[in-house]
Amino acid sequence: MVEQTPKIGVRELRLSYGQHEVLHGISFEILRNEIFGIIGPAQSGKTSLLRAINRTLEFTAGARYSGSITVDGEEVGKVRNVYELRRKIGMVAPLPVGLPLTIYDNVAFAPRMGGIRQKGSIDDIVERCLRQAALWDEVKDRLHTLGTRLSGGQQQRLTIARALSHQPEILCLDEFSIAIDPVTTMRIEEVLKELRQQMTIILVTNLVQQARRLADRTMFLFEGDIIELDRSEVIFSNSPAQQKTYDYVNGIFG
Amino acid sequence: MTPGRRHLEPLKEWLIERFIWLCGVSAIFFVFAIFIFVFREGADYFFSGFKAGEFFTSIEWYPTSRTHVRYGALALITGTFSVSFLAMFLAVPFGLGAAVFISEFCPPRLKEGLKIVIELLAAIPSVVWGFIGLTIMNSLIVRLFNAPIGLNMFNGAIILALMSVPIIVSIGEDALKAVPDSYREAAVALGCTRWQMIFRVLLPAARNGLLAAVMLGIGRAVGETMAVLMATGHSIRIPHGVLEPVRTLTATIAAELGEAPVHSDHYQVLFIIGILLFTITFVINITADFIVRGIGRK
Repeated sequence: MVEQTPKIGVRELRLSYGQHEVLHGISFEILRNEIFGIIGPAQSGKTSLLRAINRTLEFTAGARYSGSITVDGEEVGKVRNVYELRRKIGMVAPLPVGLPLTIYDNVAFAPRMGGIRQKGSIDDIVERCLRQAALWDEVKDRLHTLGTRLSGGQQQRLTIARALSHQPEILCLDEFSIAIDPVTTMRIEEVLKELRQQMTIILVTNLVQQARRLADRTMFLFEGDIIELDRSEVIFSNSPAQQKTYDYVNGIFG
Repeated sequence: MTPGRRHLEPLKEWLIERFIWLCGVSAIFFVFAIFIFVFREGADYFFSGFKAGEFFTSIEWYPTSRTHVRYGALALITGTFSVSFLAMFLAVPFGLGAAVFISEFCPPRLKEGLKIVIELLAAIPSVVWGFIGLTIMNSLIVRLFNAPIGLNMFNGAIILALMSVPIIVSIGEDALKAVPDSYREAAVALGCTRWQMIFRVLLPAARNGLLAAVMLGIGRAVGETMAVLMATGHSIRIPHGVLEPVRTLTATIAAELGEAPVHSDHYQVLFIIGILLFTITFVINITADFIVRGIGRK
């Protein structure tokens, strides 16, 4: 099922904001078409890691990193077209960021930026992405109202639809379910399982059970270090390699 | 809080609420009071001898003629609108451009310096601007455009634009700063360039504040008196080009009110001009309000 070629390679990644080091030289690989879970308590550097991959970290003053991050073997710091890199990666933030546009325009935003002009094909993209994000039925009659008027959970699904709109090869979900009810969360999880055929998914989550349900492999990140990285069956078994992993997964600490 | 004081809490709350209410209501009260006062000063003439037809269609403004007094304000209305329009034509793109630069592109250190300078610009008294128009701009326009006279619509518009730009920049920059960074990051994460982000996300998100900035700029341009009085040439005529002198409504009031005998027809007509100015700014603000809501409802 999972092809054994790395989609993303991270080597000796040290990341810091000013004097404060957040990631202490971590190395791992994410394979093509796998769902890669990242678990760990707050402040362990999960979000910073994602932001380094799509190079939005550079908008934060004082943020730097050393080491290497490659996407498809290409060093992200040296890509010729950073916009192309970012279009390759769909990003869903923990709290929904509905751009102040209509529902339709939110989803059509990236395709239009990418140069698609025909209304027909944009219509198709909007419908496909909204269906994939399990939002189509709720909004199909009011596509031209402001996206910011939707409820929190709907807005989050809108950002998922938007992240899918530029047909990314990598989908990063940063605690996507904290604003969504459990039923909708399950529906989106089903969608993610299907999407795995088409893309690589990085699932950062505070819900360890979500990682267990979805992820092929899971990485336990704690205070900027990788405690353990293994197949999810191992991480969530009764005998992971590290006692700390067992404790965290079973809610004994963290 | 000691138990003894606790029973005073409702009273304190009540007092604070009343005070805040008073602050809010006084704004409405003052606007109406000014309107009523201005209207009362012109009311006698407005209801007896005032010829609205002549006022709005004639360019013959002879308030002190011995034989045939005429109050045709068309040239003054044209003057106000042409100078303000030209000023905004220059100031809006420039001001908004500067606001975007300061908010999005400027390195932090330069940003602080620029903001201080721009606030200084906004604080320059209008008579100083008028002085600049009267001397520097005057000779510059004569030399550059070979114009017969440097005190004209173009001069006034440039002075007005220079006065409005700082307001547009500082309010516009505040509006852009108020756009959450998450919007910028979301747009950028979708793979758009900085320009696309600015035009498609930032400007639409900040449009209410930006519109308010432009409206304040227009308000300043329409209401400005001293600088235009000094820079526009103050000559009553319908301009046929930007290099011709004009006279504005505000400048007319400023120049003539002191000379007009109190409660004479002339005096009252000047107050009617005041009402007209009041109405113009009112209409501009209402229009802006409708535009903002119109976009918001979408």
